Amino acid sequence: MVERESPKGKRVSLFVTCMVDMLYPETGMSVVEVLRYLGVEVDFPMAQTCCGQPAYNGGYREEARKMAEQFLHAFKDAEVIVTPSGSCGAMVCHEYPLLFENDPDLREEAKRLASITWEFTEFIVDGLGINDLHGRLPQPQKYAFHDSCHGLRIMGLKQAGRTLVGNLENATIVPWDNSETCCGFGGLFSVKMADVSGAMLQNKMEHIEESGADAILSGDVSCMTHMNGGLEKQESTKRVKHIADVLADGIRQGEDR
Amino acid sequence: MEVQSNNFIPAARIAIHDVDLRTAVAMGTDSGFVKRQAVMFADGKAHGEAIRGQAAAIKRNALNKLPDLLEQAEAAMQENGIEVLWAADAAEANRLVLEIADRHDVHSVVKSKSMVTEEIGLNKILEEDSIDVLETDLGEFIVQLGEETPSHIVIPICHKTKESIRQLMIDKADMPPTDDTDEMARFARNYLRQRFLDADMGVSGGNFVIAETGTLCLVSNEGNIRLVTSQPRVHVALVGIEKVIPTLEDYATLTQVLPRSATGQTMTVYTHMINGPQRDDEIDGPEHVYVIFVDNGRSQIYTSDYCEALACIRCGACLNGCPVYKVTGGHAYGWVYPGPIGAVITPLLVGLENAKPLPYASSLCGMCKEVCPVIIDIPRMLLDLRYDLVRSGYTGLDWNMGMKAYAFGGSSPRLFSWAGKAAELATKRFKLNSLPGPLAGWTDYRSMPSFAVKSFHQLWGETNGDLEGADEQ
Repeated sequence: MVERESPKGKRVSLFVTCMVDMLYPETGMSVVEVLRYLGVEVDFPMAQTCCGQPAYNGGYREEARKMAEQFLHAFKDAEVIVTPSGSCGAMVCHEYPLLFENDPDLREEAKRLASITWEFTEFIVDGLGINDLHGRLPQPQKYAFHDSCHGLRIMGLKQAGRTLVGNLENATIVPWDNSETCCGFGGLFSVKMADVSGAMLQNKMEHIEESGADAILSGDVSCMTHMNGGLEKQESTKRVKHIADVLADGIRQGEDR
Repeated sequence: MEVQSNNFIPAARIAIHDVDLRTAVAMGTDSGFVKRQAVMFADGKAHGEAIRGQAAAIKRNALNKLPDLLEQAEAAMQENGIEVLWAADAAEANRLVLEIADRHDVHSVVKSKSMVTEEIGLNKILEEDSIDVLETDLGEFIVQLGEETPSHIVIPICHKTKESIRQLMIDKADMPPTDDTDEMARFARNYLRQRFLDADMGVSGGNFVIAETGTLCLVSNEGNIRLVTSQPRVHVALVGIEKVIPTLEDYATLTQVLPRSATGQTMTVYTHMINGPQRDDEIDGPEHVYVIFVDNGRSQIYTSDYCEALACIRCGACLNGCPVYKVTGGHAYGWVYPGPIGAVITPLLVGLENAKPLPYASSLCGMCKEVCPVIIDIPRMLLDLRYDLVRSGYTGLDWNMGMKAYAFGGSSPRLFSWAGKAAELATKRFKLNSLPGPLAGWTDYRSMPSFAVKSFHQLWGETNGDLEGADEQ
């Protein structure tokens, strides 16, 4: 892990991720809303596309490098990068320095961007030192957390999201012994090994039904898409939500008070 | 053993739909995982992590000086009266065992659990030479009765339910019908006892070899290893060359992490430290002890970027933690070593071209690394193997073309947003409920996600970054 300077008082460049961009722009808006609520200046480099993780995880490193070069170009003026994904964050923070290890021209820039990139909830809690958004949910909600694998095991994320959501009025976090179990997504794994991935999803969904939570919260829309796709297909009423959307909901209500 | 790893995807599909298998594997792995978590951290998280770190360092140190350690171990064992032999590959290892059997007029062999002997297919070779072979580890005994192969590194019958084991023992070993597991174990014990007494040779594996003392270390819970290694006239141990560690003190550390990781025990019931054949002042023990160091592809791994994989102490914790293994069981992996570590070492030992799907048989969730007692970075090695597969041209044309198109689109924001728009139109306007081609697997298990009418790019652009009051439709 690259040592990171404090991001306090710096302009944030939002790395929205390709999935949020195309599937869940409202989650991107939630992220901006929360950051602006905290007085953070946010910009959005329009040249960004995808971090290249699908290619990288597939073993297509040349293709991944092309995508990553586009990222380095898009964020060349960034002071701090914030992304609503532990997985895409892990790609930039941990894989980019390796991907450009032998590239004398881009090695330093890859390391620099790795050192200024934060996942959304860790940016607020660990970066800005803010634990409480003083928000309030419209009605009592019980949430269980799904710790997305890359966020948990590569980025070391666990507590920040729980802290922020737990401090919202009306939010209760229920303990869930399945929090750290993979949902079976794994990017291309979900189509390349569809039966295996589908069986893992089935196991996960059984635990979701038994969790006792109104909704499952995740810091990654990729896992969320996967689990919601399965829940919808089997006509469950349970859903997975992105943490940023719950937080945005909370501060809106908080502001109305 | 024949390699069928290229068949992983269809084999996994069959396993996934086998309810008995799923039940048995889930029960076995869950129980192993839960016990491991409890015992590894019984003295606190920090202590558990500290012994893992120490074990990891010991195995890396051992690998660093492996050639020297092997020579040191050979000399020390010879000093202790053990005959040391070297096998470059499976054929040579089997030939050496047959030569020993021939030299000592061996007609019957009792075996304790050994993955290396699975790897070289020893049982078949012995049987072809009219030598009777009996597996004495309870799990391996059942595997042998069923003419199967072990499906787990530590729990060979992880894929079997109690009911199927019971039926097998009734059918193949004439066990009087019973539902009681203690009764079943007692039956196996009695069945095996006379065979131990009649055996001419015992064959074991080896968990560690201590170089400084020339000691062969084995752990077990059933007591069968004690009989295999002490009752017959001859004891032959087949040991992978990566099993050598420098000192007795190193063993003291490793023997803490192995049972904790494998079976969730602080210590196994039996610990065997074998220093040689029966001595003049001893009343029992074998007349001859042989240790055969087996390479069989390991030195090639040693000189590759995947050397770290040789740190594995075969505890099976990564199998118990793995959500993929949990739904497929071990046989789908198509060779001796299943699960995450199997997905790494199988392609390395049998050739990448013979195990193409295995590096992809992972969601890269990282649980394997999290539970590994010697902290092998399995996800990293799976990524590297995938890169090797792509570079060697072993990936399908559809994926290769798809990735090229994706990278082409992703290197231009304009193209990328057009692609997003096209996806939105295609899925909405044509009400796509199932995806074509290689993407069809998604919609088999999940509904299609809806692409947004306007991307975040578009919303930001239209409102000049204000976003408030953005028209999302």
